[in-house]
Amino acid sequence: MAKRLPDVGPGGTAPPPRRTRIVLADITRQDSRAERTRTELAQQTQVGEALVRGLVRAQLALALRLSLVVAIGLGGLPWLFAIAPSLGRTTVAGVNLPWLLLGVASFPFLIGVGWAYVRLAERNEQDFTDLVQRPER
Amino acid sequence: MGNDYVVPAIVAVTLVTVGIGFYGLRLARTTSDFLVASRAISPTWNAAAIGGEYLSAASFLGIAGLVLKYGVDVLWYPVGFAAGYLALLLFVAAPLRRSGAFTLPDFCELRLGSRRLRILATAFVIFIGWLYLVPQLQGAGLTLATVAGSPYPVGALLVATVVTANVALGGMRAITFVQAFQYWLKLTALAVPAIFLVLQWQADARPAVTPPDGPAFRTATTVVVEHRATLTLPDGEIREVSPGDELTFAAGDPVPEVSGVATDASDWLLPSTAGDDDQGLFATYSLILATFLGTMGLPHVLVRFYTNPDGAAARRTTLVVLALVGVFYLLPTLYGVLGRIYTPQLLLSGQTDAVVVLLPGAALGDGLVGRLLAALVAAGAFAAFLSTSSGLLTSVAGVISTDVLGRGSVRGFRWATVIAGGVPAVLALNVSGLDVSQVVGLAFAVAASSFCPLLVLGIWWRGLTDLGAAAGVLVGGGAAIGAVLVTVLGPPLSGWPATLTAQPAAWTVPLAFTVMVAVSMATRRRAPADVAATMLRLHTPEALRM
Repeated sequence: MAKRLPDVGPGGTAPPPRRTRIVLADITRQDSRAERTRTELAQQTQVGEALVRGLVRAQLALALRLSLVVAIGLGGLPWLFAIAPSLGRTTVAGVNLPWLLLGVASFPFLIGVGWAYVRLAERNEQDFTDLVQRPER
Repeated sequence: MGNDYVVPAIVAVTLVTVGIGFYGLRLARTTSDFLVASRAISPTWNAAAIGGEYLSAASFLGIAGLVLKYGVDVLWYPVGFAAGYLALLLFVAAPLRRSGAFTLPDFCELRLGSRRLRILATAFVIFIGWLYLVPQLQGAGLTLATVAGSPYPVGALLVATVVTANVALGGMRAITFVQAFQYWLKLTALAVPAIFLVLQWQADARPAVTPPDGPAFRTATTVVVEHRATLTLPDGEIREVSPGDELTFAAGDPVPEVSGVATDASDWLLPSTAGDDDQGLFATYSLILATFLGTMGLPHVLVRFYTNPDGAAARRTTLVVLALVGVFYLLPTLYGVLGRIYTPQLLLSGQTDAVVVLLPGAALGDGLVGRLLAALVAAGAFAAFLSTSSGLLTSVAGVISTDVLGRGSVRGFRWATVIAGGVPAVLALNVSGLDVSQVVGLAFAVAASSFCPLLVLGIWWRGLTDLGAAAGVLVGGGAAIGAVLVTVLGPPLSGWPATLTAQPAAWTVPLAFTVMVAVSMATRRRAPADVAATMLRLHTPEALRM
């Protein structure tokens, strides 16, 4: 990070050229449709603004819902052990339950929540893309 | 320690690291080469690189040591270190990549357009980076001292010099393959010996981890005490020991109780929050909050996200990192547990962080297998140390050279590296008594109380203003830093003040969020005019943009 790297990301000025098979009719149609979307979003018309707000809200709601799942699933454990000390003495296959829950089970649980988030967030984005690319529907 | 495989193994890891680094540099000479090369890298490789950088001395050595010492309560460390990536995934990963920001100061300027906030963020990046570097150096000093018998300062200084020279010469500069290699090395270095250890435990007729009469020495042992402690001997006699004292035990002797250590089986085995221990409950929740929310604010973690081609890939990469890190964290717990059986002397000497390095030799004996596995573990520990501190040093040196020295030249970067490596090296010499994981926990607390609210509110809330962000970072982060300084430098405390300063996140994180929101609302007119355009950029899929 010694220097600011030139922004060549998709949001920047020079995306790397990608080799694609070009069919003329196809690309004109896509272009005009995409063109309208871009203008809509870039000029920040009220419609574009409302669409972006909707997307942000949907993604935030999703993230908060899944955090709530983790907050209850994992965050509830210390409290649970506090109000039901006998739970700590319960053993499964010779191992005390808190050790199994924290040392082993918590990791697949976290990965599962993450996996669900990636799927649902991508679906939200797909819905958004469909919505702005086919406004006539 | 008479293991002649350890030093060659450590030398080999260092040489391979430097070697891959230089090979990578030859392939990619310019910055844009580097970026294009990164884009050709699949999320799996990229994720292994992030995991390699993230799994530090605290993860590799510290967690097992804490488990050995404190038992079930500290399992929240590995859970939190992994869950931090979930929080990063849910709230930060894709929008941050889409913002195009490369570092946290970049993000501040991009989102809020304030130079002064950028400077504040720079100061925090440097502080957190140093706070996180100190335990890495400490772990290195400890590892070398344990396996090669050198005095602690020699190890820490030597290794600080190697990493600083390496980063300054550019050998480690964000080369993805080096970091990815280090991840797999670390996983192997814990997983392979773990298999042998479990087999050995089976062969020893499965000795109980918590025998009814407390832990006992399996073999005749001489312990050299490293930290002052109060021991309660089995016959009830109380004895003060100080560093340098030698204690000798015969095979089968019970381990005396050590003040501040969960020697007693039920303390170790059962959650301390059981019953009405409010402080234990508070400390647990504080730790959870710090680790869950702190990961996103660590300087070396964010930088890596720029190597993803787009926001969707950033998300997928984060998910793979979560899986890789999760698999890794199953192992240190096992070492801590088996350490209760095979290396109880560490409870007395106070060097619990050495359990991972010493366990293979202690359990498997001095045969060829035991020595080879001990060398493998030492090599893995060294990889942990090298990768994390190189990543941290690169991030800190980067912000020092651009934002403090003010020149982007290679010379400036080299000077910045020397500064960035020198300060934590000096600090590491003075704090050898602290638990590696505890200091790392404090670094997480500071990150969670400063950058976490800044990132989360900056990404999701249009109303954030530069003044609000600065106030939140100063008050929340400042409170956390104050708590760190009191813990590390201040007089020993007890009761609630000790809990509140040792685990500050549960009050500093909400404080930071509250101040940030309140001041932003009071200075509503300062909200950047281009916030709608920024939101568009952060949240819409790349396919829709020009």
